Amino acid sequence: MESIRWLLAAAGVEFEEEFLETREQYEKLQKDGRLLFGQVPLVEIDGMMLTQTRAILSYLAAKYNLYGKDLKETVRINMYADGTQDLMGMIMMAAFKPPEEKEENIALIVTKAKTRYFPVFEKILKDHGEDFLVGNKFSWADVQLLEAILMVEELSASVLSDFPLLKAFKARISNIPTIKKFLQPGSQRKPPADSRYVAVVRHVLQF
Amino acid sequence: LFSKDGSLMFQQVPMVEIDGMKLAQTRAILNYIAAKYNLYGKDIKERALIDMYSEGMADLNEMILHLPLCPPHEKDAKMTQIREKTTNRYFPAFEKVLKSHGQHYLVGNRLSRADIHLVELIYYVEEIDPSLMAIFPLLKALKTRISNLPPVKKFLQPGSQRKPPVDAKALEEARKIVNK
Repeated sequence: MESIRWLLAAAGVEFEEEFLETREQYEKLQKDGRLLFGQVPLVEIDGMMLTQTRAILSYLAAKYNLYGKDLKETVRINMYADGTQDLMGMIMMAAFKPPEEKEENIALIVTKAKTRYFPVFEKILKDHGEDFLVGNKFSWADVQLLEAILMVEELSASVLSDFPLLKAFKARISNIPTIKKFLQPGSQRKPPADSRYVAVVRHVLQF
Repeated sequence: LFSKDGSLMFQQVPMVEIDGMKLAQTRAILNYIAAKYNLYGKDIKERALIDMYSEGMADLNEMILHLPLCPPHEKDAKMTQIREKTTNRYFPAFEKVLKSHGQHYLVGNRLSRADIHLVELIYYVEEIDPSLMAIFPLLKALKTRISNLPPVKKFLQPGSQRKPPVDAKALEEARKIVNK
């Protein structure tokens, strides 16, 4: 789950990254006062030290005009984004569960995707017949949904088989130039969490 | 009932009916209300600060919310965690914000949702352990100031729509309804 990278990439914004590999790096970051609650991710932008993923995402969405044209569009974008974040959060957490629980967890997530989340978005697209989720314009909600779709497909390749509009949506959004570039090898996109990644996170954050 | 008629977007509560919409997702609802009633800062930078502070408060709030759900043998550990996070992570951050600008509100010298969320949180913390507030004089002063604002004062009085702290029994009832 890397929603901040996705949004920056979608907006065509260039960014530098600093990765935490050791506990010492993290403690140093905490000591130098840039982390409001001692937590990452941290995005330094426009003179601010922004932490809290949702705060960062909302700021970027607003700054790069991916947040709707009025409050009513914004609230729909928020609702859809929050829903996809719930789904992606489940997938992230699954990587940290014991191996014997993995299969059961994955099955549960795929079921939730197919019964709770994807039907909602399929219906939204069906009801208005437009290319994007909100306001007939590309927004943060579209980026989040694409990320969520790709994450679930990593668990179950055929998960979109009953969702023709989501399939078309996925193809369409993937073809937007900034997104297309992000999906290509060599971009700043990261691979799915593997055991090495989980080990590094556990070591740095100590849990 | 609500689940089947499609009123609940992701089959979850809370759901707020407002301005012809059925809104789901707590954060989306709060963002809408805050923006509509001018409690969200004057620009996107103030908004980012308000969001950052509010998200931290939501994290602490969530820990406190889960306390009644703890089985008795885990309660002490949970309480220790809440005390530790309140004292070392969250409240020092907000005390420092108030200290750094010396203003009456967290952001932009003006009331925002961040002040409301923080005061709500302070009330919960005081219910758990009032002694935790001793080292946060500016937060205490904020609580007093915000509590005296007419609409807040009214909400704090008996007979308002404010709900009592969740107890284990009520939570168990709620779980039966929403559990799938």
